[in-house]
Amino acid sequence: MFVVAPFLWALSTSFKDFNSVTGGATYIPWVDFEPSLEGWRVLLRSPAQGGVNIVEPYFNSIAVTCSASFISIFLGTLAAYALSRFTFKAGFIKNSDITFFFISQRIMPPIVLSIPFFIMLGKLGLLDSMVGLVMVYVVLLMPIAVWIMVDFFNKVPREIDETALIDGCNPYQAFYKVVLPNSVPGLIVAGMFCMIFGWTDFFFAFILTFTEVQLLPVAIVALNSSITPWWSLSASALVSVAPLIVVAFIVERYLSKGNLSGALK
Amino acid sequence: MDLLAKELVYKPDTEFHLNNISFGMKKGEIYTILGRTLSGKTTLLKAIAGLVNPQSGRILFDGADLSRVPVWKRNIAMVYQQFINYPHLNVFDNVAFPLRQRGVSDKELKSRVYDAIERVGLKDFESRKIQALSGGQQQRVALARSLAKQAKILLLDEPLVNLDYKLREQLREEFGRIFTSEFSSESILVYSSTDPMEAMQLGGETIVLDEGQILQQGPASEIFENPATTRVAEITNDPAMNLLPGVIEDSKIVIDSKMKLTIPLHFRELSSGQYTFGIRASDISLSKKGHGFTVELAEISGSETFLHARHDDVSLVGQLDLVKNFNVGEAVNLQFDAQKLYAFSADGNLVSSPFQEFGRG
Repeated sequence: MFVVAPFLWALSTSFKDFNSVTGGATYIPWVDFEPSLEGWRVLLRSPAQGGVNIVEPYFNSIAVTCSASFISIFLGTLAAYALSRFTFKAGFIKNSDITFFFISQRIMPPIVLSIPFFIMLGKLGLLDSMVGLVMVYVVLLMPIAVWIMVDFFNKVPREIDETALIDGCNPYQAFYKVVLPNSVPGLIVAGMFCMIFGWTDFFFAFILTFTEVQLLPVAIVALNSSITPWWSLSASALVSVAPLIVVAFIVERYLSKGNLSGALK
Repeated sequence: MDLLAKELVYKPDTEFHLNNISFGMKKGEIYTILGRTLSGKTTLLKAIAGLVNPQSGRILFDGADLSRVPVWKRNIAMVYQQFINYPHLNVFDNVAFPLRQRGVSDKELKSRVYDAIERVGLKDFESRKIQALSGGQQQRVALARSLAKQAKILLLDEPLVNLDYKLREQLREEFGRIFTSEFSSESILVYSSTDPMEAMQLGGETIVLDEGQILQQGPASEIFENPATTRVAEITNDPAMNLLPGVIEDSKIVIDSKMKLTIPLHFRELSSGQYTFGIRASDISLSKKGHGFTVELAEISGSETFLHARHDDVSLVGQLDLVKNFNVGEAVNLQFDAQKLYAFSADGNLVSSPFQEFGRG
């Protein structure tokens, strides 16, 4: 009930017009108020027609989130495996320090990173570009992937790798033929987190882009004007949550197949 | 010698895991590495496998130095004490994994995999998931994988230690059968264990390992009959051999200056002086004529009772062939079979055993 209520409220609001929103609480379409598609139409109209186009930001967001998540998972998994299996030592710096270094990127308030990022992307000519955004997001998302995967790999017995080596795998084959297939649950969890954090980030998308590349959270905030358009805000909120819900359902279906839970004793 | 280890040293931190170890092994033979936990058994097997790189020393196989050969190119198989299989594969694919890795043809692969699975008694389990098997079955899969590979060196690291008592007995017997009757004369089998029973049952050559050093090497029965030192006597007997300090004087054995025993025949050449006498738990019996002891602990195990008893400074464990409840503090009379006594010199070396006379005393 508590989970579903806000969604229903947003759903109902998205079909209201100005009067239905300001005229006190109303709940059920056709009974309490006359539904209107205005809130949804605004989202699809181009700015020239007096609308706010969220289709392009939508696909921008999908592209940036997916590529940043993929790169983060790819690099993060390799880094995590190395941190879990090999011992690094450079003076007083050990494995746990390197792991902490990754996580420390998340502990820092984002505002601290924003200025260096802005200057760096400016110098590289990557401000207001997809590539620049993906790079920044990889920095933000990779620690999550490393953190989750280090923990996961630590739970996969080292003897499994050793058995793979004995059975004729070189270290790379041991990793992708044996360790990786047994780490699918961890990969999914890490992937989920990367998607969620990437998708919902507003701060960096707001600071590092202007007009060329707009991401969904920024576009939604841009809907706001002197009159708060609750109807289109609600509609866009629903639209922006949709992909995460789809991802969640896919993962859930995969989990319930039982391939993942209890893969390792 | 087909497998030759020369002066292996492995000391990752402050303690020696392998302390200057040398040995030779022949193809077609079974070797049991017997030692307590942390004696370096696993490290030794891993060194042979190439998973551990000794700081010094060399391992030669068929005359070629293995040091530069990476693990995945050495022709070995290993079974761990933990049940290690590939959880994402079913039984068939688990056993087939090393063969696929080597590019064995499909037809040969199938026959070898089915053969190995049948030999470990898992027929009709081929398509089962690993998680759906019991611990004993998982360990059989691991064994089948190592058998199917037909490796030149087969390493088994305490494969039965994590199984429950009954299953261990059963599997030990099956392992013995598989290894003695069907083991290839082209391979070397190395089996590590903490359990002297397993060494005896597998027969073959036994290497007694302690604190990274080889204490004694020889046929299992020889080590059992003539343990070279007190430490070997402790390791190769379960419960450990009772070691009682005493003296020989006036043609009598005197233990703890009170208990007197008639000198057995095999001790006749020993001169008077300080010795450590060894007696197996199974050679101690209840007898009215015996010496007075106080019960400290009694455990019943199967049809036997393990009796921990003390007399002043002398404490020992007796393995009695009966089931009886003893109360703690109860007085009992225990008799040692003097004919089964071992004598070790003050520095711990065997000087006389019931099976052999040394005449060095």
